[in-house]
Amino acid sequence: MQQLALWLTLIGVAALAAIFAAVARGASQRGVPERAPAGGERLRGWLFAAAGAAFVPITALSLGALPYGAPPEDAVIVEAVGHQWYWELSRTTVPAHGPVVFRVRSADVNHGFAVYDPDMRVVGQTQAMPGYENQLVLRFERPGSYRILCLEYCGSVHHGMQAALEVVEESR
Amino acid sequence: MTAASAGAIPAAEPDASRAAAGALARPSVWVRAYLAVSALVLLLMMALGVLLRLAQAGSVALSADWFYRVLTLHGVGMVGISGLAGVAVMWHFLGRHVALTQGVFVANLALFLLGVVLLFAPVLFAGYAGAWTFLYPLPQRSGGAWSTGAAALHLAGLLVVGVGFLLVHLETARAILARYGSLSRALGWPLLFGGSAPAPPAAVVASTMVLIVNTLGLAAGAVILVMSIVGALVPGFTFDALLAKNLIFFFGHVFINASIYMAVIAVYEILPVYAGRPWKVSRVFLAAWSAAVVMVATVYPHHLLMDFAMPKWALVMGQVVSYASGVPVLLVTAYGALRLVQRSGLRWDAASRLLLLGVFGWSAGMIPAVIDGTIAVNRVMHNTQWVPGHFHFYLLLGLVPMILGFMAFTSAGGRHADSGVGRGAFWGFVAGGLGVILSFLAAGARGVPRRFAAHLESWQLFDSVGAVAGALVVACVGVLVAGFLASLRAADGDA
Repeated sequence: MQQLALWLTLIGVAALAAIFAAVARGASQRGVPERAPAGGERLRGWLFAAAGAAFVPITALSLGALPYGAPPEDAVIVEAVGHQWYWELSRTTVPAHGPVVFRVRSADVNHGFAVYDPDMRVVGQTQAMPGYENQLVLRFERPGSYRILCLEYCGSVHHGMQAALEVVEESR
Repeated sequence: MTAASAGAIPAAEPDASRAAAGALARPSVWVRAYLAVSALVLLLMMALGVLLRLAQAGSVALSADWFYRVLTLHGVGMVGISGLAGVAVMWHFLGRHVALTQGVFVANLALFLLGVVLLFAPVLFAGYAGAWTFLYPLPQRSGGAWSTGAAALHLAGLLVVGVGFLLVHLETARAILARYGSLSRALGWPLLFGGSAPAPPAAVVASTMVLIVNTLGLAAGAVILVMSIVGALVPGFTFDALLAKNLIFFFGHVFINASIYMAVIAVYEILPVYAGRPWKVSRVFLAAWSAAVVMVATVYPHHLLMDFAMPKWALVMGQVVSYASGVPVLLVTAYGALRLVQRSGLRWDAASRLLLLGVFGWSAGMIPAVIDGTIAVNRVMHNTQWVPGHFHFYLLLGLVPMILGFMAFTSAGGRHADSGVGRGAFWGFVAGGLGVILSFLAAGARGVPRRFAAHLESWQLFDSVGAVAGALVVACVGVLVAGFLASLRAADGDA
């Protein structure tokens, strides 16, 4: 997902830069001085239509997998409470392949509960907020040593607020 | 670029057009004061940004305590100065169409400077480091790093700054209503909905949109600031953290967007001078700005996509409106600017280059921003360095060049002004800006968290690239700003 986001951004920005560069290169030439070249409004109309047409399928597709659903009943439960500046976890080992639900809360200020895989890429996150419980459901397909980092600035040891999570092959 | 180094105006340009450009380019002494403060604070805050990246790269020893204090200064300073510079642009151009009371403009600058003292003193002398987002209840629960009194003073500084901006918008509302009778007329609704009324000028339309959304945003900000100050001073006074978050992000999102919407007035007003064509205020333009009122006010839940306790409809709305809000930027302002300059015989100089760059940066920054506003993406990108990656795109290469373009235009007195040094500084700024942004985006895609005082060794290449690129930005902006500051001295001499 992260690489897709990066490539889409780079391609989009490069395309836009190419358009700006092309127009800028010809801007000092004099065409019809008093008004912009003809045909622009029609093109803009088509671009509006294209944006509208793309909007529906992209939105439908991207809203198909929201992380806000109720956790499966057979999920392994991990209680996670954020404190300045450590994570209190009810268990630090979870099984691979099955659903795991993290019930995330905070004992003091806002924290960000983010799970990093062994390659230090984010696999999922939610906020830890005083007075609320957010449930993050993850399914770990790859066993190994995962880390939990705080991704919401929470004070002077924010960067040190980390915990270890082992994902193992054994049965639950 | 100083007036003394200005090049000759092409002989073909009509005298009337030249005179109009000259009048457009002569800001009042108070607008110049705003711009001078903006230039100096901007440079200082940029230097602090480079310091943060150097610290993350491990090239400079900065304690975690000081890292977060500098982070707080950089954030609050940049947001504040973006607003102040935006107000200078809006006031200058709006004042050509409606009668504004200068005392309010001066009062805002005075309140801003007072606010800066209140904001900075607790950070520099009392260890306050609650970040510019002052996310409740962090200011009053620092874990012993700073006192609640320091937090209250800092938040009071924000309140003072906010009051100044609120006064400005109330004054622009008064002046616009006095001239146009209603906000809907100032937004061009009689023309938009089929009438034959003349279109209001772009500066009036934009200022009206900004006053509507920013008044709401500043009111929300005032509410949460007062609640937070009371919370800091009165033990046991607590309130709902999710409500606080909504108020803070509504205020923050609206304020920074309003700053861009004020700055873009410079594009609408100055680029036509260079292109020799008017910026047509069409029905599409009016519709886009009216739509922006709604979208800027309703899109803020895209900051809360990882707050699963939020109502699901609000989060979906955040994504949907986030997508939609890119359309007016790309297909109205960016497309309009490109059409305006296309084969227009445009005169290139520091101002025209910077203004067109500003439109590009604002538009291009929408791409990673909209991607981040997608819930499925936000789940793995939220609060990574992807976020400063996209907001630096539309601020560093969007809002900042719009402001610098305005400065260049006014410092040249509306005359064509170009030089090799200016061109070099411009392209250095572009290269440095892209380096800053891409180092953030690449790091964000790699999962590097934002706002971390200490980085893993494997992350530090991104930091080093960002620091070098940032230093280039500071140097080049320094050159561009030096021309503007020198022109102030020349103006004083003329007086």
